[in-house]
Amino acid sequence: MQLIQQIINGLMLGGILAFVAVAFTLTIGMLNFLNFTIPALFMVAAMLAWALISPGAHPLALGLHWVPAIAVGVLAAVLASLLIERFTYRYMKTRYGDATEHALPLVSSLGFLIVFEHLAMTLWGGDPQRFELPFRNTDLNVAGFVIGLPQLFSLALAITLVAALQTLLNRTRIGRALRAIAENPDASTLMGVEVQRVVPLVFVITGVLSALAGILYAVSYGVVTPFMGDAIATDAIAGMVLGGLGNVWGAIAGGLLVGLVKVLAISIFGAEIEKIPVWGLLLLILVFRPSGLFGASRIGKGKF
Amino acid sequence: MSGYLEGLIAVLAINIIIAYSVYLPAAAGLLNLGSAGFVLVGAYTAGALTSLHGVSLWLAVPAGGLLAAVIAFAVSFPILRTRGVYMVLATFAFAEVVGGVLLNWPGLGGAAGLSVIAWPGLAAVVAVAAAVVAGAAWLMSTRFGLSVRAIHDDESVARLFGVDLRATQVAAFTLGGFVGGVGGALLVHQFNFIDVQGTGVLFSIYVLLYVLMGGTQTVWGPVSGALFFTLVPELLRHVASLDPSLKSLESGRFIVFGVAVVLLMVLRPQGLITRTMIERLFRRPSAGAQHG
Repeated sequence: MQLIQQIINGLMLGGILAFVAVAFTLTIGMLNFLNFTIPALFMVAAMLAWALISPGAHPLALGLHWVPAIAVGVLAAVLASLLIERFTYRYMKTRYGDATEHALPLVSSLGFLIVFEHLAMTLWGGDPQRFELPFRNTDLNVAGFVIGLPQLFSLALAITLVAALQTLLNRTRIGRALRAIAENPDASTLMGVEVQRVVPLVFVITGVLSALAGILYAVSYGVVTPFMGDAIATDAIAGMVLGGLGNVWGAIAGGLLVGLVKVLAISIFGAEIEKIPVWGLLLLILVFRPSGLFGASRIGKGKF
Repeated sequence: MSGYLEGLIAVLAINIIIAYSVYLPAAAGLLNLGSAGFVLVGAYTAGALTSLHGVSLWLAVPAGGLLAAVIAFAVSFPILRTRGVYMVLATFAFAEVVGGVLLNWPGLGGAAGLSVIAWPGLAAVVAVAAAVVAGAAWLMSTRFGLSVRAIHDDESVARLFGVDLRATQVAAFTLGGFVGGVGGALLVHQFNFIDVQGTGVLFSIYVLLYVLMGGTQTVWGPVSGALFFTLVPELLRHVASLDPSLKSLESGRFIVFGVAVVLLMVLRPQGLITRTMIERLFRRPSAGAQHG
């Protein structure tokens, strides 16, 4: 009974991790770019929504209704993501070539991560803040088991969005352009794809996914802090690696798996001992089976 | 010398040592986002030796470096199989494993961290930092350094000219592990404390930023990066303490740091110090001059 509840809790956490893992895997599969601003976007949406909703003395405390507040949070994250695109990916095509060249966008994204987290800290302080929506109870009770509605919603939304993404990639003209860029940006430029105009779409999708995940996380666990994205992003990266870099369905499965392992390990062993087997396994996967646990079905196969 | 200044110099010296632990592999084209792993190995080895087994500090510090080097050598073979983003993630995963092991190691303090008593003193830490910089400068002037530079600039051409790619990269990674272990061993003793939480992902990120901001083209990059990014935030903190109206600078200095990182990548992606810059300053034109 207790165990089943823990499994449910694990899958619920996994539902949110899956969201973030999809955002990571998409940028890597499309652009070969490990985007470290995802935890920042996750946090920006949640903290901005919190600041706008809650009345108080902090900056931007407008006491807004939760619907517009969340919309503003997501919009802000998308705009931030577009700003990040301007200063990271666009400089990937550098003027000099050496072995550490591919790290430039990664490094800029780390710079942005530091900027956004400390901006939030300067504005709102480093203390955890309570994030509350007007609904009294967001938990569903099914046959004695507690199921968090936001997490369930998160999982359903993640699956829906990935399915929509898959359709976009496979069926539409812009999807074809994106897949071409994922295979080879230079060749797709020669074939008439306007890389500079298509790539921002990846960052819009990343912004939306990270922002929704951040807000769903805040709703489910009721707390926001400037550094709330860091631990989630680390676990989501683990989920992404399990699923194989660039594999969106793999990221969902991997995110669920990591959430499950994490919650079960903590409830059985008490401490965070799961770090050793999980990251040890990840190291082995990265080295010996880089396509992940579920085989190769990823965007941008030619890249790696 | 005031306590504040002494503390600042100690932080600076240790930052410089650890920056070279990332520089050595980075100079050979290997990005290490897991420097915290080697630092933790060195720190916990040396810390356990002095505090639990009563070993002298002067044996414990090299021992920490050696164990880190052995581990670096062992993991370098699997890690060298990976490239690009995969290597960044693999080194990151390695550091997480080390942190996880230490966190669950009975007798090493776990989440509460490890406290030690032995203290090396400022002069010793500064001397080691100077030795590391001098050693790296010497190493990069040898034939090995030339191979490393060749790999950094173009792997396939370096291989074509007969550079043993794997041996050079394994050596660079192992040396980096040794320097990181020594840095960690000094870190734990200089501050009498280390814990896994404080030496995690963020630690590795900052070290990598110091190095890439300083530039990996020359041996002077990491020391400049560590100097610049240790001193500028301190300076901002000092300015912030002068006037209460500047209070927001206190936490805002990290924003300045982040903006500096982004702008530097846009305006000067090779880092602060480049090969051409050194050559212009000292008027020693060489074959590498077309790189800027």
